[in-house]
Amino acid sequence: MDSQRYDVIVGGGSFVGLALALGLAKSAPGTFRIAVVERMPVSEARAGGFDGRSVALTAAAKHMLEALGVWQAIAADAQAVTAIDITDSKLEIPIRSVLLNFDTATEEDGATAFIVENAILRRALYAAAETVADITILAPETIAAIDIAEASATVTLASGRKLIANFIVAADGQRSALRKMAGFKIVEWKSDQLAIVGTIAHEKPHDGRAVQHFLPSGPFAILPMVDNRCSLVWTERADVARRILALDEAGALAEIEKRMGGRLGRLSIVGKLSSFPLSMTLSRGFVKPRIALAGDAAHGLHWIAGQGLNHGLKDAAALTEVLVDGARLGLDPGDLTVLERYERWRRFDSASAAMTAAALNRLFANDSGPLRMVRQLGLGMVDRMPRLKGFFMREAAGLTGELPKLLKGELA
Amino acid sequence: MNIVDNDEVERFAAMAGDWWNPTGKFRPLHQLGPARLAFIRDEVVAHLRREPRPAKILADLRVLDVGCGGGLVAEPLARLGAAVTGIDPAAENIAVARAHAEAQGLAIDYRAATTQDLAAGGERFDCVVAMEVVEHVPDVPEFLRSCAALMRPGGLLLVSTLNRTAKSYALGIVAAEYLLGWLPRGTHQWQRFVTPEELRGMFRDAGLEPIRERGMSYDPLRARWDLTDDCDVNYLSSAGRPVA
Repeated sequence: MDSQRYDVIVGGGSFVGLALALGLAKSAPGTFRIAVVERMPVSEARAGGFDGRSVALTAAAKHMLEALGVWQAIAADAQAVTAIDITDSKLEIPIRSVLLNFDTATEEDGATAFIVENAILRRALYAAAETVADITILAPETIAAIDIAEASATVTLASGRKLIANFIVAADGQRSALRKMAGFKIVEWKSDQLAIVGTIAHEKPHDGRAVQHFLPSGPFAILPMVDNRCSLVWTERADVARRILALDEAGALAEIEKRMGGRLGRLSIVGKLSSFPLSMTLSRGFVKPRIALAGDAAHGLHWIAGQGLNHGLKDAAALTEVLVDGARLGLDPGDLTVLERYERWRRFDSASAAMTAAALNRLFANDSGPLRMVRQLGLGMVDRMPRLKGFFMREAAGLTGELPKLLKGELA
Repeated sequence: MNIVDNDEVERFAAMAGDWWNPTGKFRPLHQLGPARLAFIRDEVVAHLRREPRPAKILADLRVLDVGCGGGLVAEPLARLGAAVTGIDPAAENIAVARAHAEAQGLAIDYRAATTQDLAAGGERFDCVVAMEVVEHVPDVPEFLRSCAALMRPGGLLLVSTLNRTAKSYALGIVAAEYLLGWLPRGTHQWQRFVTPEELRGMFRDAGLEPIRERGMSYDPLRARWDLTDDCDVNYLSSAGRPVA
């Protein structure tokens, strides 16, 4: 009977859930019995096949992965972003003026961001979690029901098995089933935009240069990957995006070439393009007795700068620290007074990030002359003010705000 | 003289169902938890010379939680490895504490008893904890003598209570009970509050050596209680029983 009892049950074994499990187990070995419930079979996660998706990790996220012993496994596959160009030139203008240029390699923290394939990061997190005695991975498996009582919570798995837990973490994504089961209310905002994502191989080296091109239909981001490849995150009106996705490879490539320009030479699509709708969900609360939301389940936001995962990792780091501090006082991990500290820490940050993302999207996703002038003036001024530019750099690197220890590269 | 005030016992027994509701009548005690536990842990580490880091920092220690209520302090101490006995004069509280510990998978020896009952049985503990109890007992010197009788030589007594100052009247009674509604009205009688100086004198009369005092202050911005040097309202105090 005791084997079915856990201190922490993590619903969702993606990046945030695994990072939390590792954070707890490595910061306080032998303290938390942790179960991670994941839909994907372990063999699939272990195989780590390329799925065309990549993530941008901030410098702070890299520090965290180093502390968790995961970074070493992905370092060779992580492309450092050494420069970021931000532009909003019209496509028909051949020479694109750069509004703002960040030469990130000169910063004291090194590169601002690193681009890694999703599958490689997931494989490394799994490999690390599988070797830790305090973590049990239950996969392929899902949570069918939860019952939260005053002194404990009961989790019923799809297989019918029942587990007892002190604390449940909903890390099961933007459409979190656990969030719904626990009765959290959300604020939702749907856009009529789709994000097209894909990987492009190119002839000439990218020199670690990322480009954020603000087009009237939405931002078009080119993120450098290892082996002369780039990851595209391309926002379009839904109807246009669907038309592009329906094109054959040559047709799609022509559209991409039009937007990328000729800097990288001849292009080809690796794998295929995929898309997801851009929407924002923000939960009104992040915690209730015995349950907390983390990552996209708490704040599923489309981030103009591809910051979604980094905010999720910040949740994992803050939650780790709050639970470890509580455990050192003997507190129950499901204790609301413990969890409220996590909510205070993360909710305001998430809400303000959501509003910033929405405001930037409105500012740039517009072809009106006056707005174009405002942002050219604005960004041009930032470019000439080293201190303000430094702030944006640190913000982009995830190094602003009250940082949890893991994001400074320390165990909690 | 009776060591417990029957009216007080009945008042707490009537609220027993609310002990573990983090947003209910005992919310202030839930919020005080981390600061009180930090004091207990740090005093035990310093005085009973434990290694500061391991997860089960209180392993192999016998700890008595006096006036345990629903077990808000007893459970964390058990999680830190202590063999905990929790006593409370109200059987209703003990029933709630037992049910909660069982659901948590914690083994805690809960008994509806007073310190005098235990002392009569000749039991001895490494550490006796009495959190927010002193302000509810009719005869504090007698209560402390009964606690001292339950400590092994070299053992530690940890007490938290409210100071008797103008500030504690304003914050502890007027604000907490009447303005903010943090506590049910009539929870505390200010005249019963004991100052740190008085407590030190009573420790000595009971044959104990006062060790340390720390205040607890509420930080409204971070919505939490911190240990401070300001003992004007809520404070914690430690005393040791000499070996010889």
